[in-house]
Amino acid sequence: MTTGRLPPPYGRLLDRARTIPFEFEGARIEGLAGDTVASALWAAGTRVLARSFKYRRPRGLLGHGAFDATSYVQRGAEPNVAADRLLLVDGLPAIEGQNRIGSLTRDRGAWIGHLGRFLPVGFYYRTFFRPAGSWDRIEPAIRRRAGLGILGKDGHHAECEKVHLFCDVAVVGGGPAGIAAANAAAAAGAEVILFEAMARAGGFALVDPAAFPDALPADGVRVMTGAIAQGLFEDGMLAVELGDRHGRVRARCVVVATGAAEQPIVFRNNDLPGVMLASAARALIHLYAVRPGTRAAVVTVNDHGLAAALDLHAAGVEIAIVADARTATNILHERLAEAGVTVRLGTVPYEAVQSNGLAGLYYGGPVTGIELATKGAHGTARPEGALHVCDLVVMSGGWSPLAALACHAGARLAYDADADTFALSDIPGHVFAVGAAAGLHTPTLVVEDAREAGHAAADAALGRSVLARASPEPEPGFNHPWPIVPHPKGKEFLEFDEDLTIADIENAVADGFDHGELLKRYSTAGMGPSQGKQAALAVLRVAARARRLAPEGIGPTTSRPPFTAERIDLLAGRAFHPARATAMQLQHRAYGATTMVAGLWQRPAFYGAPADAERAIAAEVMAVHEATGMIDVSTLGKIELRGPDAAAFLDRIYATPHAKQPVGRGRYCLLLDEAGNIADDGVIGRLAETHFYVTATTGQADATYRLLTWLNAQWGMDVDITNLTGAFAALNIAGPASRTVLAGLVEDVDLAPGAFKYMDVRHGRVAGVAARLLRVGFVGELGYEIHMPAAYGQAVWTALADAGRAHGLRPFGVEAQRLLRLQKAHVIIGQDTDGLTTPAEANMGWAVGKTKTSFVGRAALAVRGTRPLQRVLVGFRMDASATVPPEASLVIEGDAIGGRVTSAARSAAAGGIIGLAFVPPSRAAEGSPFAIRLPSGAMVGAEVAPTPFYDPGNTRQER
Amino acid sequence: MKIMTCPLNGPRPITEFACGGPIKERPADDAGGARWAEYVFIEDNAAGIVLEWWYHVPTAFWFVAERDTRTDTVIRSMTVAAWKERGGRP
Repeated sequence: MTTGRLPPPYGRLLDRARTIPFEFEGARIEGLAGDTVASALWAAGTRVLARSFKYRRPRGLLGHGAFDATSYVQRGAEPNVAADRLLLVDGLPAIEGQNRIGSLTRDRGAWIGHLGRFLPVGFYYRTFFRPAGSWDRIEPAIRRRAGLGILGKDGHHAECEKVHLFCDVAVVGGGPAGIAAANAAAAAGAEVILFEAMARAGGFALVDPAAFPDALPADGVRVMTGAIAQGLFEDGMLAVELGDRHGRVRARCVVVATGAAEQPIVFRNNDLPGVMLASAARALIHLYAVRPGTRAAVVTVNDHGLAAALDLHAAGVEIAIVADARTATNILHERLAEAGVTVRLGTVPYEAVQSNGLAGLYYGGPVTGIELATKGAHGTARPEGALHVCDLVVMSGGWSPLAALACHAGARLAYDADADTFALSDIPGHVFAVGAAAGLHTPTLVVEDAREAGHAAADAALGRSVLARASPEPEPGFNHPWPIVPHPKGKEFLEFDEDLTIADIENAVADGFDHGELLKRYSTAGMGPSQGKQAALAVLRVAARARRLAPEGIGPTTSRPPFTAERIDLLAGRAFHPARATAMQLQHRAYGATTMVAGLWQRPAFYGAPADAERAIAAEVMAVHEATGMIDVSTLGKIELRGPDAAAFLDRIYATPHAKQPVGRGRYCLLLDEAGNIADDGVIGRLAETHFYVTATTGQADATYRLLTWLNAQWGMDVDITNLTGAFAALNIAGPASRTVLAGLVEDVDLAPGAFKYMDVRHGRVAGVAARLLRVGFVGELGYEIHMPAAYGQAVWTALADAGRAHGLRPFGVEAQRLLRLQKAHVIIGQDTDGLTTPAEANMGWAVGKTKTSFVGRAALAVRGTRPLQRVLVGFRMDASATVPPEASLVIEGDAIGGRVTSAARSAAAGGIIGLAFVPPSRAAEGSPFAIRLPSGAMVGAEVAPTPFYDPGNTRQER
Repeated sequence: MKIMTCPLNGPRPITEFACGGPIKERPADDAGGARWAEYVFIEDNAAGIVLEWWYHVPTAFWFVAERDTRTDTVIRSMTVAAWKERGGRP
C-alpha cells in the first residue's frame, strides 16, 4: 500500500520502488522496502499492534525504535519481536499479535482490564500465599492469562554463530553524536567500529538533517547496522547482537552514544493506541513517510513536542491543539501560531478518551479525543471539561539517557535536580558517554563534545596521553520535574510493560517497599523487557513524592545487561561438544564397539551391540583369562620427566618411593593431596638415570600434570616435565598368549620371563615402531603395556590384532577391564575411592613409603594416622543367587549407614558375586557378615572375603 | 570477558586460564600438624591486593599475577623467576 505515503524527501529509509507484502493477524498488508513491520502497519491504518501484559489493554505504538516493549509481535515461532525494529523483508513469516484470545482488536481476554481496581500491585504475592500450595495451582492459570508471546517449539530457529571483532574504539549508537565521535576517533588514527541498532546510521539526523548537516560516517569508520549492544563487560568486551550472530567485540575504548529515551507524559489513558511519543511521530513522518494520524493533539513539556507539532503540520496533519506545560513562550510557539495552530501554555493532558462504540467499551480501541487541564501549583491540574477530538495524541515528557552500557562498566547514574534527569558520574577511563546519553541535546554542543570524546577515546586506545574528561553535565531545559497528571479514576500509566499506574507505585511505597531496588522488585516497575527505559524517571518521581523526598533521595536501580530483550538462541549459539579420539578410534568402530564417555574421550565399553552386552563382556573376559585380549589405554595420562633432579622430584611428590628406583624397572605410584587423600595412581617407569615415564589415571591426567608443573614452578628443580597424553597412544595386551603374540612383532627386547620380568620397562620396537614396553599386572594376567607415538597407534594395534588372530586375541573394553580388575581387587581411583579416602582406609597403606621424609600429603597423613579409622575398604562376596548391588548401595550397620558398595559384579572366574565396599572397621575382618540395602529397599547379606578374588598368589601375572 | 596478560603468551581471554589461588608459603615437611592444617585448610580470602598463582592452560604455563580482589583488576603479572627476583618465596 503505497498510497497515502508522504512525498520525498519524506521516507528517508524507504525504497519506494519495491513493495513487500506480509501477513499480520491473517490479513495481507503491503509495505515498502525499508519499512519496519510497525511503520508498514501504521501506514496501512492498523492501530492495535499488541495487548498489554496485565490488563490486556490494546496498544499501538509508543515509541519507534525506542526499545520500548509496547509493540511486541510473534514472528512465526519466535515470540516477543519488536515490530518497530523488525525490518520488512521478502519471505517474512506470518506476523501475529500476542497475548490475546481471538484477535488483537477483539481480545476475549479483555475483561481482565475491567478488574484492574481489584488487582493492586503485589496482588499475587499477597493473595495466593495461603493456604500452602495454592500458588502452585493458581500460577499456571495466571501464566496462561498474562504474558507475552509463545515460543514455537517446533518452529525453525536460527543457527547462531559467534563473531569475534576487535577494534581500538567501539562506538555504540549511530546518531549524530556517535558519528561525530567515530569520525574524530578514526581521524585520530584509531580503528573504529560504529554499531547502529536501526537499518541505517544517522539517528536523529535522519529526522532533522538541517540540525546535523555532517552526520555521515567517514570512510575510515566500519559501520555495522542492525547491531544492538546488549552489555559492556570487563576489559571492554561488548556483547553485540548482529542479526543471527552474537558478536563479542573487544574494544580498547567504548563510546556510549546510545541517545536518550523520550518519556511519556503520565496521564489517564496515555496508553491508548494513537497516543505516541513525539519521537515516534517524527520517525514515522521523516523515515517512513507515514502520516501518523489525520488530526492530532500535541502535549509537551519541551521544545521537542513543538518541533513534532511543526512536522505534523508540515506533513498535512491537522493540529487540534498544542498544550505546553511551560508558561514562557519561544520562537517555536510563534512559528506554530504563524501556522495557525492553537497553542495553550501552562496546560497539560488530563485524560485521553476513546469512544469506539460498544465494542470499544468492551475491547478497548484507539484514541478519539483528549481533555486538557490547566496546571496548578504543586503538580495539581484543573480539568478544562472540554474534549478535543483527534485520532492522534503526540506527547513529549522529556528525556531519560540510555546510559546502561556505561553503567555496566561501573558508571553511576543519579538524579540531577538542575536538569530534572539522570546524569552519569564515575565513568571508567575506557568509557566515554556522548550526546543525549550524556544529557546533551543542543546540536552544536552535541557534535563538538562528541568530537572531543572521540579524539580522547582514540588517544586512550592508542596509549597516548589523555586529559581526564569530566563527567558530562546534562543540559537543563529539556525535561520537566513533574510531567505527571494524576487522575481520580487512575489508569495513568507510567510503566507500559507491566501496566503500572501512579496508584501502584504509591501503594508499593505504602506497603513499605520504598527503596528503589525493593520498589522495583515488588511493583515490577522496570522489570519488563524495556527495563524501565520509559518508566524509571516517572517511577522515581512518584515514589519520591510519596515519601516526601526529593528524587535524588531515592536513587535509580542498578543497570545490568542485557540492554533490551535478548534472544536465548543467540546466547546458546551452535551446539559445540569438543571430543577427543584415540589413535585407534577407527579400529574400535570397525569392530563394533559400544562406547562410553570418559571425560572428553569416547572409550569402547565393550565390542558388540548394546543388547548383547552381557555376552560380549563375558567373552572378552574369557579371552583375557584363556587366550589374550587387547585394550586401548591411550586415555591414560602420560607424563615424561627428564633431568638430573627427576628422581628426587618424583620422590618429593609421590607417596610411593622412587628415589632409588632402578633403571629399567617400573613401580606402582600413588599420589595424595595435601590433606592426605588419595588423588591419583599409575606406574612410574625409570627409562634411564635421568629419564622417567609416569602414567596417570584418565580422569586425573591433566590435574596431575598441572600439580607437577606447579610444584616445580615453586621448587625450581632441574627437571623438564612434558605432557605426552595426547602425543602417545597406548595399549595393553594381556593373557597367557600375550607373550607369544608379542614375540613375533618385537625387536630389540628379550621377552623371556627371566629377561623381561614383571614390572620391568623396556625400550624397543613393536611392528617396526619405536615403543616403550611396561610389563604390568593391569588386569591380573601376564600382560604388557605398549606406548608409542600416537601416529603409529593404529598401525601397531592392527599389527597386533593380525598377529593375535591365530591365538584367539580379542579386543576388550572398559567393562571387561573393570571386572578383570575387580577380580584382582585392584582399587580404581575415583571409583573405589572418593575425595576423602586415605591410603589406610583403602587398604593401601603398603604403598606409602614408611621411611620417606617428604611427599605431598605426608604431614596430613601423619596427623590422620593417629586417629582411629572411620571406614575400611574390603572385598566381599555374596550368594550367587542374589541381586548384584549397584554402585553406591548402602551398607547398613544397625539402623545407620555404615558404608557403601563401590564396585560389584558377577564373576565366573571368581565363582559368584564379588565386590568392594566401605564398611565400619569393626566389620572389616575376613568372614564378617554385613547387610547391604538395595535401591528397592530390599536387604541382602554379604560377607567380607579375602582378596584378590582370583589368582590370590598372583602367579598368572608374574609368570 | 576479562583479559589476563600472560608473561609468556601476552593478553588472552580469561577462559584460557585457571587460577591457582593466592600464594601461600608451603610449610617445611616437619613444620607440624597445626602449621600444615593452617596451610591446607585456612584461606585469607582477602579483600585487597593479592598475589596469585595463575596457569595458562593451553601452554601449561604457571605464573604470578597481582590482583585487586575488590575490583577484580589484574594489576600486573610476572614470570615465577621475576617474582622470585622481587623476593617472592614459595
